[in-house]
Amino acid sequence: MTIQMKTGLLASAAMGALVATAAPVAAETSLTVVSWGGAYTASQQRAYHEPYMEQNPDVTIINDDGSANALAGLRAQSQAGNVTWDLVDMLPSDAQLACEEGLILQIDHDEMLAAAPDGTPASEDFLPGSLGDCFIPQIVYSTVLTFNTEMFPEDQQPSSIADLFDVENYPGRRALQDRPGTNLEWALYADGVHPDEIYDVLRTPEGVDRAFAKLDTIKDHLVFWTEGSQAPQLLADKEVAFSTGYNGRMFNAAEVEGQPFQIIWDGQVVEWDGWVVPAGGNNVEAVMDYLYWATDSQRLADQAKYISYGPARASSGELVSTHADLGIDMNPHMPTHPDNYQTPIILDNEFWTDYGDELRERFASWMLN
Amino acid sequence: MAQATIAQTDAVTSSGSMITASGEPLKVSLARAERRKRLTAFFLVVPLLIFILITFIIPIGDMALNSVRNPEVVTYLPRTADAIQEWDGQGLPDEVVFEALVEDLREGMGTPAIGRVGARLNYEKSGMRSTMQRAGRAARQLEPPYRETLVERDATWGEPGTWRVIQRESSPFTLSYFIAALDRTYDDEGNIVQVREDQRIYVQLFIRTFMLSLVITALTLLLGFPIAYLMAHQPARIANLLMILVLLPFWTSLLVRTSSWIVMLQQQGVLNDLMVLVGLIGDDGRLLMVYNQTGTIVAMTHILLPFMVLPLYSVMKTIPPSYMRAARSLGANQWTAFWRIYVPQTTAGIGAGGVLVFIISIGYYITPALVGGQSGQMISNFIAFHMQRSLNWGLAAALGTILLAAVILLYYLYNRIIGVDRLKLG
Repeated sequence: MTIQMKTGLLASAAMGALVATAAPVAAETSLTVVSWGGAYTASQQRAYHEPYMEQNPDVTIINDDGSANALAGLRAQSQAGNVTWDLVDMLPSDAQLACEEGLILQIDHDEMLAAAPDGTPASEDFLPGSLGDCFIPQIVYSTVLTFNTEMFPEDQQPSSIADLFDVENYPGRRALQDRPGTNLEWALYADGVHPDEIYDVLRTPEGVDRAFAKLDTIKDHLVFWTEGSQAPQLLADKEVAFSTGYNGRMFNAAEVEGQPFQIIWDGQVVEWDGWVVPAGGNNVEAVMDYLYWATDSQRLADQAKYISYGPARASSGELVSTHADLGIDMNPHMPTHPDNYQTPIILDNEFWTDYGDELRERFASWMLN
Repeated sequence: MAQATIAQTDAVTSSGSMITASGEPLKVSLARAERRKRLTAFFLVVPLLIFILITFIIPIGDMALNSVRNPEVVTYLPRTADAIQEWDGQGLPDEVVFEALVEDLREGMGTPAIGRVGARLNYEKSGMRSTMQRAGRAARQLEPPYRETLVERDATWGEPGTWRVIQRESSPFTLSYFIAALDRTYDDEGNIVQVREDQRIYVQLFIRTFMLSLVITALTLLLGFPIAYLMAHQPARIANLLMILVLLPFWTSLLVRTSSWIVMLQQQGVLNDLMVLVGLIGDDGRLLMVYNQTGTIVAMTHILLPFMVLPLYSVMKTIPPSYMRAARSLGANQWTAFWRIYVPQTTAGIGAGGVLVFIISIGYYITPALVGGQSGQMISNFIAFHMQRSLNWGLAAALGTILLAAVILLYYLYNRIIGVDRLKLG
């Protein structure tokens, strides 16, 4: 209890400091928006926060980069009875758990969210399967395999997930994320399982053994990354030849920084990311007003000007234009672009909330030995 | 004060015991004066005591309690927890238990109750979270006999194992977290057994944490002893310069120091580039020195070096040089004089530095997380993982409590073997 309270106190102290610095702007409402930081928060700042604050001078939006531990933060704030976050960007699996524990508000999508420009209600406009009881999706992102083109001869460039597991033809070290999600899926996919059947196989103990056996074949060539920013760094430093990573970060490294990276869209693991509203916050009304505006078709399409994540609304697809600074067409870089969306694996959040605890321990044990 | 009382003593009673001027026995007067002194001293440290109590003792005690606290099933499935006590663990429980569960579920639906119980039971049996959610959603439409209808909807309810878990966890305190923290689990008969070999992590992590800490302590001693010796035996000007060189990294941000080690040690890093340049290794034979155990050991040894050097230096400063000269003049050669006369006098510093470095490294977190890769991870990284990511605070608390107990045990052993009063921290 005290530990939770301490975190709560710390968070509120940090909040207090932020509010104090923001006070001279004469804001009547200040909203604390928790997100992932880095290029991602920057894209939200430019696409959502800044235009919204311009229209509503009485609202100040403060960014907090706490999304990596959002579930822990929500739980701690709820138990301490001091909810300081107004809006949180999180993954659907965590949102599902938070929703079941009553930490975040239920959302009536058609009531609370804007319809598409042609009048399609929100519940039909958001991509199928993306809405949750408490979850409003913003983007489709994917975990993709990427390689450094300079690490392979020109006539021998990898092109599929199977090549990740082929150390003979594609030598070099590989960087994987240090958790089972996406890695087990790819092991089975490379072992010949159809993307639609991967989770059925993983639900059986034999399927899990099969995935680990496949991973064993490349174990001596593996490095593991934890934070999203490490993956492009390892590739750029040529510490590894292949790395898995978030497609937006890889886009950033390749297009903005000019690194010789090539994304392999084969077997991309697709997932949503979006907003949840903490229960018991002080500014629920203001947050709802913000959400209605920030999740409409145009705003979601606008975010794609700054980062290569696909908007979660069908009606936003045709509104996606060019990168704000580079001027290149963003469409071919979207995970949802038809050319890229050939063999996607849709991350099964239900599966990971059920089996995550057990598989994470097994994966940790596998990494150690 | 006590001295004043003694000075006033001018009478001795006939029985031989001393009394003060006011006619009081000296013993009593002395005791009172002593008590007053102790009280004053106590009041002076009260603020610190309260501070330590609030910021240290209570949180740690609470953390330790978290590792056995088990309120979920009792609080959120009260009827089930009550009814299942009668069950003998054979086959499936009676309809009464199923009915109690359905009633609990009906009441809990729409509140956080089912989510919390589901999350708790999922630690013990994968899949329980969604099983609870599905049952919760269906509870309203279920018709008796519940035993048949529930099992029909979800085969998990037909497994005796499911009910054994619920029965086991339906008491307000549990040992499950400690059992999990020691890579153990319950089998079908309720015996505690080791988990599958490919799921064991914590025991070997504890062992690795202690081994790494020992290696790091030994390395800091090996590197720190000559520096401290040099500092203690150079003229003040040079000694001060050396001191600054030791302290400068100490004052630099931990993250900066750790990141610089990544730059130094990585495959395309400074050290590898240098070795390739001078032809020590080929371009394809670059060494892996970071994102593994080597990285953790190198970076932590560097970061913790001042904790060894400072106590050593302060002890060496006090060793009179005449002892060594005396040994030499009595016929010892340089080595014997050093080893038999000088080194034994530094044990207080070695002990202090050793204990300091060892205990700090056992709980080290950020450096292994950044440069340790997989083989350089320590137990604290997993405690943080369970605190922040998996949210299994009970397991995190159990791991933390075990670590704390190990440190206390080591400290006790140190006290028995070497003696804490011989510690000299500077």
